[in-house]
Amino acid sequence: MKSRFTFLLSGLVLAAMQFALAQSGGLRLPKTVEAGSAFSIQSTGSGKAVLYVVGPGQVLRRNVQLGETAFFAPGGLHNAGHYLVLLVGESSTDNGAFDVVAANQPAALSFLAKPSRLPVDLRDGISGVVYVFDTFQNLVLAPTQVSFQLSGAAGAVQTRTVLTRNGLAWTKMDSEAKEGAAQFVARVGSVTGTRVIEQVPGDPCRLRVSARPAGQRLAVETEPVRDCSGNAVLDGTIVTFTESYKGGEATVDVPLKHGVARTEMPAYEGARISVATGVVMGNEIRWGKER
Amino acid sequence: MNIGRFLAFFIAAATLALIVVGTLWPIPSAIAMAGSGADLLRPSSTPQAAVENLAHEIGQQDWEKAYSNLANKNEFSEEDFKRDLTGSYSSLRTYATLDNFELRPLHASADEEQIQLKLHWSTVVGTFVDTREVSVVRKGDRWEVTWPVVKEPRVPPQVIAVNYLRWDVIYRGPEDDWGTQDVEAPHVRIVDMHPVDRSDGVVILGELLNEDVVPAFVTVKATLLAKDGSAIATEDSFDKISHVLLPKQVTPFLIAFHNVELSQVDSVHMDPSASLIAASADPVIGIEDQRMNPAPGASLTGKLVNQSGQVVNVAHVLGTFYDKSGQLVWVSDQYVDRALVPETPVAFAISIPPDIARKVSTERAVTTTYSSGRFQ
Repeated sequence: MKSRFTFLLSGLVLAAMQFALAQSGGLRLPKTVEAGSAFSIQSTGSGKAVLYVVGPGQVLRRNVQLGETAFFAPGGLHNAGHYLVLLVGESSTDNGAFDVVAANQPAALSFLAKPSRLPVDLRDGISGVVYVFDTFQNLVLAPTQVSFQLSGAAGAVQTRTVLTRNGLAWTKMDSEAKEGAAQFVARVGSVTGTRVIEQVPGDPCRLRVSARPAGQRLAVETEPVRDCSGNAVLDGTIVTFTESYKGGEATVDVPLKHGVARTEMPAYEGARISVATGVVMGNEIRWGKER
Repeated sequence: MNIGRFLAFFIAAATLALIVVGTLWPIPSAIAMAGSGADLLRPSSTPQAAVENLAHEIGQQDWEKAYSNLANKNEFSEEDFKRDLTGSYSSLRTYATLDNFELRPLHASADEEQIQLKLHWSTVVGTFVDTREVSVVRKGDRWEVTWPVVKEPRVPPQVIAVNYLRWDVIYRGPEDDWGTQDVEAPHVRIVDMHPVDRSDGVVILGELLNEDVVPAFVTVKATLLAKDGSAIATEDSFDKISHVLLPKQVTPFLIAFHNVELSQVDSVHMDPSASLIAASADPVIGIEDQRMNPAPGASLTGKLVNQSGQVVNVAHVLGTFYDKSGQLVWVSDQYVDRALVPETPVAFAISIPPDIARKVSTERAVTTTYSSGRFQ
């Protein structure tokens, strides 16, 4: 049934398009209609006719009396786009077109913030993109002011105001020096969207190891590991201890626990013990006297 | 007779002849592989026959019969003997099957002979060799094997508190808005990459760093490109990499391209990928007594020490080898066939090609562990 109706409508559209070439048109149409608002279509002539309004994802059908005005209540058309109007009378057919545009009042936004996790102190590391929509989820193409605000754990606030172009606005922000979750808010009028950006410590900046005897072995441990901004490097980060002695070597990959990595290694006189994490090297110490 | 019929007759006759020869004069390793080779065993009237029979019974997992033929049964139980060969804890040995074996007489006297027995076990990750020097003693008109039993240490019952980190992941759900962020994939970086021309093809060596603060499951794929930009071949590192990388951990990787020459290659496209996974920072494995042993039989040997409280069923050791200038020259690996019980050293040996061994100045070893009932 639905396909038959679609077929009929398609036929009508094609016929009307051909017919339109020869007709000047007896319809008075608005040039544009704001999505969701009321509108009217005036016809000329006399007799009965059927008025079709065909647009993206929506079709209206109305029995009308020619020469009168057909009123459409608010909410009648809500998808933005180009609409075709057909007036099929008993002896004639008329047609026209108008555009439905998004309401200028933003009602919703889609906010994409990337990345959701990044190291501290990174310039232009955070990007935010906002798409502005009206009540009916039409992209608002009219330039609209969007304000972005990034407030971090340290209380510092970065703000940018951007006008949308073709319905979207974007900006870039710096991650702050202190680790922690930052609130990234986009605001259009009274509509807001919030994303959380996790700012995590960067590479360790100063890595130092010390050793002390522990029975027959050596207890080695780092000082609390921090990045260059003074943030404690996260627990679970792998620290590699390497002990080199005459004719051999021992290595252990140890995760940080409470900011410190510690383990036990064999005790060899004259052994050199070094520490590293990722591509960052720490200090090297020598244990006892070299043989 | 046309040539086709002659060929068919020839193949049938040759097959029949080989079956007869194989049945009448089987080699010992073939007996071990055969499912019903017990009837083919010789009486243990010579030292070699006694060891061959024992190896065959081990291959058949006929522990009772193998144990009953040993000369030193009074020193250990049948369970100890079985545990020596299959492991006390679940490990690669537990699921290994005897592929073949070799005997090498060392020295002999009238009543005793020393023989080296090499048992080649096959597992899902390759083969490993268990070498034992057995003593064979004469008992009347037959010979019996004195088995050098290796007793794996048992961990006494105890409670070991472990409070290492564990990471779990909650992904975006289908009900979330399309703009809602998903959890960010880990950021990984190739910190070193080096193509090497080998006799059997091209090898891509490199190192991969997890520069993020979350664990990553990583793989590395490489595509060799010809001068005209066309792809010659694409391969990945398979198991020549540590797939689970904790934050700031570095793994070596090796990607082998067989039957390709480096002269054919114009450039290499590297494609590292990383995804978030749930992981644990436990267990911590120490690698002690690492030594480079020169050719012949060049290898990196050492001992793995499980510093945590959890039994590690399978450990995989990856060795990274550098020359004097610090350039990566080789990556090699070995699976350890015994389980790692807490604070108990287990030896490993990673073999290195002799020509590479001459260049090696420094090395680094990392381990990946697998415990039953847990991903990592």
